[in-house]
Amino acid sequence: MNNDGVNTSRRTFLIGLTSAIGAAGAVGVAVPFVKSWEPSAKAQNAGAPVTVDASKLEMGQRVVEEWRGQPIWVIRRTDDMLAGLPKHDDQLKDPDSSVDQQPPYAKNAWRSIKKEYLILIGTCTHLGCSPLYEPEPTVQLKEGGFFCPCHGSRFDLAGRVYQNVPAPTNLVVPPHSYTSETVIVVGSEEGETKA
Amino acid sequence: MMRMVNGLIDWVDARLPVVNTYKKHMSEYYAPKNFNFWYYFGVLSMVVLVNQLLTGVWLTMFYSPSDGFASVEYIMRDVQWGWLIRYMHAVGASAFFAVVYIHMFRGLMYGSYKPPRELVWIFGMLIYVALMAEGFLGYVLPWGNMSYWGAQVIISLAGAIPFDVLPFIDAKDAKEIGEALTTWVRGDFMLSTATVNKFFALHVVAIPIVLLALVFLHILALHEVGSNNPDGVEIKQNKDENGIPRDGIPFHPYYTVKDLPGVIIFLMIFATVIFFFPTGGGYLIEKPNFIPANALKTPDHIAPVWYYGPYYAMLRATTLEFLGMSSKAWGLIAMAGAIVILFLVPWLDRHPVKSIRYKGLVSKIALTLFVLDFLMLGYFGTQPATGLAKTLAQIGTVYYFFFFIVLLPFGHRFEKSKPVPERVTGGH
Repeated sequence: MNNDGVNTSRRTFLIGLTSAIGAAGAVGVAVPFVKSWEPSAKAQNAGAPVTVDASKLEMGQRVVEEWRGQPIWVIRRTDDMLAGLPKHDDQLKDPDSSVDQQPPYAKNAWRSIKKEYLILIGTCTHLGCSPLYEPEPTVQLKEGGFFCPCHGSRFDLAGRVYQNVPAPTNLVVPPHSYTSETVIVVGSEEGETKA
Repeated sequence: MMRMVNGLIDWVDARLPVVNTYKKHMSEYYAPKNFNFWYYFGVLSMVVLVNQLLTGVWLTMFYSPSDGFASVEYIMRDVQWGWLIRYMHAVGASAFFAVVYIHMFRGLMYGSYKPPRELVWIFGMLIYVALMAEGFLGYVLPWGNMSYWGAQVIISLAGAIPFDVLPFIDAKDAKEIGEALTTWVRGDFMLSTATVNKFFALHVVAIPIVLLALVFLHILALHEVGSNNPDGVEIKQNKDENGIPRDGIPFHPYYTVKDLPGVIIFLMIFATVIFFFPTGGGYLIEKPNFIPANALKTPDHIAPVWYYGPYYAMLRATTLEFLGMSSKAWGLIAMAGAIVILFLVPWLDRHPVKSIRYKGLVSKIALTLFVLDFLMLGYFGTQPATGLAKTLAQIGTVYYFFFFIVLLPFGHRFEKSKPVPERVTGGH
């Protein structure tokens, strides 16, 4: 079909080419509009990883840091505390951490990378209150742990939830890694995630 | 004087099709003469739309997304008559859904989506979806605790999209994509002012533009094919010697005058709710939304506003895990599927008869049960999902899909329809 000297195949080719270049341009223009929805530099700064030097912690001590608006606990556990962990597995809802409340490298009996240091997000998995730290044995927590004053949920010293309390799941272990033997970066997995 | 006016009209009309458009859509748009009660709700949704636009523009004059909760309290307490404008807008949102749901039910009842009105239905459904987005975004803006936690739940749904059904994405990547997507929507690593600012822009500019365009297309498509009616008779198939449908009457003045009392009665009910029950006992504005957003305190029971109830009930009722996907993903699929399936109604309904009036018993029972089912799901969507409520919501979810997938396409095989008349009935 070649009417009035119109080269239809060339016209089809040019239409196709123009459309393709136009589409590429549209994708390019879309980039700033899509990217502007990402967290701003300010938000990224506020949500940046938090560094904790755990060597300054006494045995059994807890420090509280803030990361992305949440309290982050870093606890240096004593050998006694670690030895107490397996003693009450039968009283826990999820002793093996089967629910996805921790990164894969913290899915173990002590729920951390290094046994000594426990890193948790310090909000109760029930309604978001911040549980109290009970390093010493109490009536309700024979091996120590965390007690939520709002609705009485109990967790052991690995953040594992006890049975018959309102909290449904273990406390959350945030993503973290080690940049040296004792320097922990919460919110970043770029450092070492093996013990 | 009259000559001058006529001269002006002629001058404009030579440059803009004013007279033609007026005739085509008003004085010479022939609507079936047998419209009944159910035909008020299209006009009423236009009335509510105008209410939302007007009050919405005024609210933006006083609202500030950087401190949503405080600025809404400022509107309620300090801005003169601000409380009324805000309640008109908040109650208007519920009124919008109420009239739209009845309008949609009318369509289902009289087969108003059947050929040649498929596009009218599709545009209507797009309006409905845009409206749901608009309602959700608007509910976040007052930044009360239910705004916060409602947004938390809805935005985290993006993290439940089962990307890992794609062969080249594994479960870990799917989780990361979901997290990246929720971060992108929030514009932060948690819900924050960045999120409210974004939702404000979408709520007051982007979605309203889309909504208005869709309403325009909905009406344009309707006026091209002409209105259906309670008998489901095509009035265009019986025209007089002038080409005017014998069963049609001009929209103006006949239906404008008929609609006016309907609008007045609607506004009386609307005003009653605004003045005496503005929070609707916690159903129109939920109680936790009277305290500021608090990331550390989840409300005891997170419930959507009533108009999302049916879909939220279906989301929670889905507890099955199969085909390697979590119940969370299936819940999302059920919820999205419940909306997508509505778009397909024009092609799912294979009944030879349009209107429920001439369909048989199976269709009538099926539709009645569907309405009851939708209301029941709506109720359970606002209640805690435990025990009997959960079981009933599961049965309701199954019936919802059963209605569209089985009863709508095949129901007519099990019933005897009545003969459809040649002309519309009950006219004057």
